[in-house]
Amino acid sequence: MSEPLLSLRHVTKRFPGVLANDRVDFDAFGAEVHALLGENGAGKSTLMKLAYGYYPMDQGEIWMDGAQVQIHSPADARRFGMGMVFQGFTLIPAFSVAENIALYLTALPAIPDARAIAEEIDAQGRRFGLVVSPQRVAGTLAAGEQQKVEILKLLMAGARVLIFDEPTSVLPPHEIQHLFEVFARLKEAGFAIIFITHKLREVLECADRITVMRRGTVTGTIAGAGATEDLLLQMMFGGAVAEEHAARPPVAADQQAPVLSLENASSGGFGLRLKDIDLELQAGEIVGVAGVSGNGQRELGDLVLGLLPCVSGRKKLFGADATHWGVARVRQAGVAFVPENPIYMAVAPGMTLAENFAVASPRSYQTAGGLGIDWGRVRTDMSSAYRALALEPPDANMRAGTLSGGNLQRFSLARELGRSPRVVVAVYPTRGLESRTTAHAQGLLLSARAAGAAVLLISQDLNEVFSLSDRIVVLRSGRFVGEARPDQTTPLEVGRLMTGGD
Amino acid sequence: MITIITLGVIAGALASGASVFYAALGEVVGQRAGIVNLGIEGVMLVGAASSFAAAAITGSVAVGLVAGVAAGLAFNLILGLLVVTRRTNQLASGLALWFLGAGMSTLIGLSFTGTHIDGLGEVRLPGSAQLPPAWARVIDQDILVYLALPAAIAVTWLLWRTRWGLRLRAVGEDRLAAFAAGLHPARLQYQALALAGALYGLGGAQLALAYTKTWQEGMTTGRGFVAVVIVIFALWRPLRAVLGALLFGGAVALGLQLQVRGLPISPFLLDMLPYLLTLLVVLVFGRPKAFAVPMGLREVFGGTSK
Amino acid sequence: MAHSIAGFGHPLEVRYRRLPGAARETLRWLGWIGLALALYTLLLLVYGRDPLLAYSDILSSTLGSTFGISEVLVKMVPLVLCGLAVAIPARVGLVNVGGEGQLFIGALTATWGALTFASLPAWTLLPLVAVLGFLGGAAWAGVCGILRARNWLNEVFSTMLFNYLAILVVSYLVFGPWRDPTSANYPQSRLFPAAAWLPTLGDTRVTVLLFVAIIGVALLSFVLSSTRWGLEIRALGGNPEAARRNGIAITRYLIVLMIVGGGLAGLAGMGEVAGLHHRLNPAVSSSYGYTGFLVSWLAGHRPVLIPVMAFVLAVLASGGDILQITQGLPYAAVTVLMALILFVVLAARARGARTA
Repeated sequence: MSEPLLSLRHVTKRFPGVLANDRVDFDAFGAEVHALLGENGAGKSTLMKLAYGYYPMDQGEIWMDGAQVQIHSPADARRFGMGMVFQGFTLIPAFSVAENIALYLTALPAIPDARAIAEEIDAQGRRFGLVVSPQRVAGTLAAGEQQKVEILKLLMAGARVLIFDEPTSVLPPHEIQHLFEVFARLKEAGFAIIFITHKLREVLECADRITVMRRGTVTGTIAGAGATEDLLLQMMFGGAVAEEHAARPPVAADQQAPVLSLENASSGGFGLRLKDIDLELQAGEIVGVAGVSGNGQRELGDLVLGLLPCVSGRKKLFGADATHWGVARVRQAGVAFVPENPIYMAVAPGMTLAENFAVASPRSYQTAGGLGIDWGRVRTDMSSAYRALALEPPDANMRAGTLSGGNLQRFSLARELGRSPRVVVAVYPTRGLESRTTAHAQGLLLSARAAGAAVLLISQDLNEVFSLSDRIVVLRSGRFVGEARPDQTTPLEVGRLMTGGD
Repeated sequence: MITIITLGVIAGALASGASVFYAALGEVVGQRAGIVNLGIEGVMLVGAASSFAAAAITGSVAVGLVAGVAAGLAFNLILGLLVVTRRTNQLASGLALWFLGAGMSTLIGLSFTGTHIDGLGEVRLPGSAQLPPAWARVIDQDILVYLALPAAIAVTWLLWRTRWGLRLRAVGEDRLAAFAAGLHPARLQYQALALAGALYGLGGAQLALAYTKTWQEGMTTGRGFVAVVIVIFALWRPLRAVLGALLFGGAVALGLQLQVRGLPISPFLLDMLPYLLTLLVVLVFGRPKAFAVPMGLREVFGGTSK
Repeated sequence: MAHSIAGFGHPLEVRYRRLPGAARETLRWLGWIGLALALYTLLLLVYGRDPLLAYSDILSSTLGSTFGISEVLVKMVPLVLCGLAVAIPARVGLVNVGGEGQLFIGALTATWGALTFASLPAWTLLPLVAVLGFLGGAAWAGVCGILRARNWLNEVFSTMLFNYLAILVVSYLVFGPWRDPTSANYPQSRLFPAAAWLPTLGDTRVTVLLFVAIIGVALLSFVLSSTRWGLEIRALGGNPEAARRNGIAITRYLIVLMIVGGGLAGLAGMGEVAGLHHRLNPAVSSSYGYTGFLVSWLAGHRPVLIPVMAFVLAVLASGGDILQITQGLPYAAVTVLMALILFVVLAARARGARTA
């Protein structure tokens, strides 16, 4: 085999409390797709961000084309021909595709030639299957198109090593296929492609070589041709694989009155509007809402919660007409809300946990008509909420901002689920959480269901939707476009509905 | 009669709108780079006082203009120390800059209150002498009025056709993305502040050297704040800022015209016109469409959202 | 701005940083204040004045005598009220720069009350005038609060432009319909009836509004720290997005706190006309509304610190008047010093640059 385009030697990185990378070696060759596989938190993203100069490394060497290089910033990495497509895109929404790409060009003249850039975008796009109009405003592009722009940016800036951080997580199934075709064309043209993922099937489908990481170290590198699912699982988890789907009793067969129902409901407000939503939630069931991010998921949660006005149709909670209820009243009635990112959507970071706990229902803790607050009761309720979920209560005087993401999500879950809610609205509840916390959060949603709550689970992780839901509805462009039971459909079929492909 | 008043208003709108225009143009540059400057009022005052003092001392209007521009530029960079280097709250820092500018300009202009200067003369276009006086007044404007439109076009070109403009706007949209793209956000923001400060200074100089030809403490009377509002009305586009400044100038001129014509309305009520009109137009037309607001500004204005 | 990210409510509050030792902190602050004084000293030297003399003039004229201190208190009362006018809305992230205008309108409505109901006895007239002053400022600010709460116009712009309008309205009245025919050359309203004069303490010009201001500070501190409304306000200031999702009535708080703030500034205006001038004129405020903005930012919008900062700035303001006489320095010289202090305080509290 020829010289690798990129070599990493003895790369070590320590974050507070974790050894994220421990003396990792890694090679990427031209004209191959090299998958970097591992579960969440195995250190794969970190490794590549170190190579790309996004984080400074504690120890280690980077070699490109057989020469050692010093990379201290993404700008350095790009100079050496490395490019990275991040999980969250870095496009500027207000800029056109051409402007976004021009911004990234290292050799942009002082007065750029807009037409030449547009022509180059078209040419490269046709060559690699990345066709996207240069004049489009980036903010109006779908996730798949944005990804194309990100790749074009790297190609036009002269990158030869292309790093993709979980590129398939934002894509619907058929676009994942398309991405693999793009990989194939890039490979033919001699690029080195590094594909970070935790999804086995994707790796088996497109990788020439596979490096598996576990807890910050490399467990091995094997050829894609000889790899099997079992072998990779063995390398990822060291044999301890036992994915259990707890047997769950079905929803009570006799049709009870729904606890939450939306009848032909449409939302108002800025941004995307929901149209003619019909939904019924029974006590003791989880309804999963699948959809590509940005198709009305957040709006659906906000509509139920009363944050968005219901401009036509009706909303009923527990049999009562709740169309025009405000957030406070909806919550008071027994609706809990679990958001994707508690630091942004659930807590005030500068306030203590007790204060944040009380804020979710301030009226129930007030004394003397609001002149005081019964902090003793807040504390007791908080500990019992944690205990109800079999969690150890933290110090109520800690400021919320000092908690880690996982602990904050636990706080948010304890606050919301600990009061035995009758309806739970969970919007991307596990996004960004590491795998153990994810499993725990999912378990809590299941136990809320077991306790008789109706759960509306909004997620774009199809695995999560399939493994937790009793029913799945699909949301696209603000409308429901399909409904099915998980055992009567497949992720691919749901994916088609999500994207309108056929 | 109506014609004469209309012509008078147009002539006055051009002359009194020019200072606001240059300030707004500078603020377009600044806000495109993600910095809201509530201290324009102070920078304009420093520019006005410096230009007037320099012109009075040297007897040269050109020196006065250069002094105004230089003082505005230098003074505006103080804001950079706060909001760029120290990342302080932009609104509070801007107001602090205003206080400082108000105080400094008073000190600079101290010995020039009541001084008379020739000031910046009108450009005499050939043939203006043959026109009726009311018409001649419309076209007999100082050079800075004539340069307003070219300046707006130049800034538009700079922001949308050059690499510098592209990068500057990128910083205003998303500082971190710009950094990730290998840019130097702080450096670009200082450059934007320098250009903006020069334009504020020019606006102040136009006010002192061409429009009033005097120095008076606090003579900008809110023009700096109006400029910020005009930028919102203009949806961050230089050419629309011309329109906004003309509306403000027109309201000022209309008030003056009505006063001169002896209309029995208190001058104080007429003086309210420009502020009311500014509020009205921004309420009616200042509702930005998607992607019109530089994203970086959301952080500044978004203290609490509904 | 529907997409705002959390936590910009009151950016000055240092949330994440662990405080180092108190001594180090004090030194750091002294260093920053020293920087402001050094810059100001430089300015005085450039103007050929003796800085030491200037500083000692400021201190001796204000703190050196009972009369000096009482005059400081005269300025401190409106500064406390105008500081609260900024601080209260700031707790939910509102930037009220309209204290000056709200003060003027409060003075206006108070004057209207005092002159219209002149025949009432003091014990009804005074409370009436005070309430009218409060309501005037409250309404003036409330409009801006509504514009903001409906997402029509940011309160920074509305409150600022309203300042210019308020001053013009007052000028119109005292030059026109309200002009006192007996004071030929001065644009001012008629004199208030004695029943509408705020009682003063002893021989000083300090009025009983001092106690109102102190009670106001105590009351607002209590509301913020101990009540349910305070909890909701702090949650709203700390993270509006979360507060919205927790069912806190954001719109209502935005408007109410703006109204309370404006009302307090209006009360300051009432104090100036009913306690000091006993009539309305275009010079009722010595930029108290603007200086109140400094007071609030220096105090980090914390009610308990506002009297302290108001006192410090009142010393400077009184000192500024003295410097005009002793050093021939215009009052603007003190404005410069105040601005420099705000600069260094903002810089000292800031997060500092995150990226190069």
